Amino acid sequence: MCVCVCVCVCVINVIAYQVNQEQPPDDELKSPTQKEIERIMSENLHGGDIKNMRILSYRNKAPGAPDGFLNPLKVVYSHSKAPASVKRISRYIPQTPDRILDAPDIMDDYYLNLIDWSPNNILAVALGANMYLWNAGTGKIQQLLTLEGSDYVCSVSWIQEGSSLAVGTSMGVVQLWDCSSLRQIRAMGGHSARVSSLSWNSYILSSGSRSGQIIHHDVRQRDHCVAELSCHTQEVCGLKWSPDGRYLASGGNDNMLYIWSAVAGQAYSEPQPLHALSSHQAAVKALAWCPWQPNILASGGGTADRCIRFWNCNTGSCFNVIDTKSQVCALQWSTTYKEFISGHGYANNQLVIWKYPSMTKVTELTGHTARVLHLAMSPDGTTVLSAGADETLRLWKCFAPDPVKKKKETTDSKATISLFHGIR
Amino acid sequence: MASTEQETKGSVTLKGSSDLVKEYLDYGINSILYQRGIYPAETFVPAEHFGITMYMSTDEKIKSFLKSVLEQIRDWLCQKKMQKVSLIISNSATKEVLERWDFKVQYEGDGNATESGKTVGNKDFTLIQKEIRSVLRQISGTVSFLPLLDCLCTFDLQVYTVTDCEVPQEWDETQPCFIANAQEMPLRTFSTSLHRVETHVSYKAE
Repeated sequence: MCVCVCVCVCVINVIAYQVNQEQPPDDELKSPTQKEIERIMSENLHGGDIKNMRILSYRNKAPGAPDGFLNPLKVVYSHSKAPASVKRISRYIPQTPDRILDAPDIMDDYYLNLIDWSPNNILAVALGANMYLWNAGTGKIQQLLTLEGSDYVCSVSWIQEGSSLAVGTSMGVVQLWDCSSLRQIRAMGGHSARVSSLSWNSYILSSGSRSGQIIHHDVRQRDHCVAELSCHTQEVCGLKWSPDGRYLASGGNDNMLYIWSAVAGQAYSEPQPLHALSSHQAAVKALAWCPWQPNILASGGGTADRCIRFWNCNTGSCFNVIDTKSQVCALQWSTTYKEFISGHGYANNQLVIWKYPSMTKVTELTGHTARVLHLAMSPDGTTVLSAGADETLRLWKCFAPDPVKKKKETTDSKATISLFHGIR
Repeated sequence: MASTEQETKGSVTLKGSSDLVKEYLDYGINSILYQRGIYPAETFVPAEHFGITMYMSTDEKIKSFLKSVLEQIRDWLCQKKMQKVSLIISNSATKEVLERWDFKVQYEGDGNATESGKTVGNKDFTLIQKEIRSVLRQISGTVSFLPLLDCLCTFDLQVYTVTDCEVPQEWDETQPCFIANAQEMPLRTFSTSLHRVETHVSYKAE
């Protein structure tokens, strides 16, 4: 009996010893460095040595939120997250430019419009006082004109068909050039300040100036000035006729966007705007009409705004808006895909391709080391040219047709040809 | 101008300073509960204090909880025993800690001992209010970067005190709460010249 008790006590002692061995007192077996690490970690985590602190909490806790309660911020958060995602795409878009051209002395001025690509595949580029023509097919460069004194080119625009080029100058003169013979056809005055934007609608050339004035010139007439629009209070930096010639959009440094409707049966617009749109918080330079829906306009705002807005010009309503987080300098729609491309300034100086109408990002093209000032589309719709303030012109082959689809089209056309042969 | 400065200077006593810190905590915690959408917005009413409008809970249980805790905190502040208050926001179903707001308190200067033995600060009251106001504004502004609390949440307050602090009735010792993979963001600091309060928010990085 006695022995038995003794054994029991022994066993308990052994167990107790083993337990002690397995969990030795913290401080004895730890090296000084280990203790130091623990102390530093504790300081980082608790903002002080936890051993010198007591953590207390009140016993009667606060109640939880009622059942079924939904955080009201959910709407706010989910809304702001949408445009940031980059959607996976199936087609290949080269991330580097196809070609880089030098554009020395290109003016780093947000309000000017210095490049235009003609349907005849000739690119007009204004570099300071000089105007150059670059034949994109042959690579041939011609100098069209040099302005004298301190005069410089502020805007260029090709006529929709033909080889006429309109050039707006800092003296307020609009020159008309025939580029097949490299001759000036006429000069048209009327503006009191520099002509920073131009847009053609058939035989009407509309020009916007720093004074805020827009003039419609009928280039066929001796008295070329057919109408004047004076709604803008500051420089008109964006001016675009819609592809069907029904609407003119004008954006100014007064943060206003006006839509003007064409006079019935004429190519110039009414003197009063159809819509006055004041949603942009900064200058509206980037304007682009949708090629497949002629009443849809995309407009982009400057640094304080950073938004691209989409307007239905029949109703004057803004049906979509993207916050791009960067100054919008230029916009172009793709004619190949249901997409559009935007050119940006600070911080990444990137081009962004967006899907329409989902407004998801397709890809970003980076490479410019200063802001992207202008965008132009090649006549075949495959290539976008971006002019940057880093004095380079970059050609991006980002809208090349899908090779698979293209193949199908060519085989289709071959099939029809062979069909004709068969009939013969 | 000089005369009014003279009057307001040195007007902050340790008790008054503790009251200010308590008020800051009260409005700050209520603001967080409202701005982070932890409780329904309709249970809050606007209240103007420190020159700005904030939202305060009208839920009796929350009010009495905050009242008891903050009264105790004020006492500890007076005794210089409290070092930190943590507002823990956790998922009520899984108990996972989602967000932690730390209000660290440092005791500044010995103050000027007056004849009665009280310590007095020398900071202008309006300046203190201005500092507190800017922190409270920042708390409201944090909504723009903090991740959405997309679940039912509860909150708790943990008070870090010195070791020789007595545990009052209805109070328990607990373990500190951590957030796995946390991001920390310091907010502005204010000082009453006796208490210096740093505010930090830690949240789960996405």
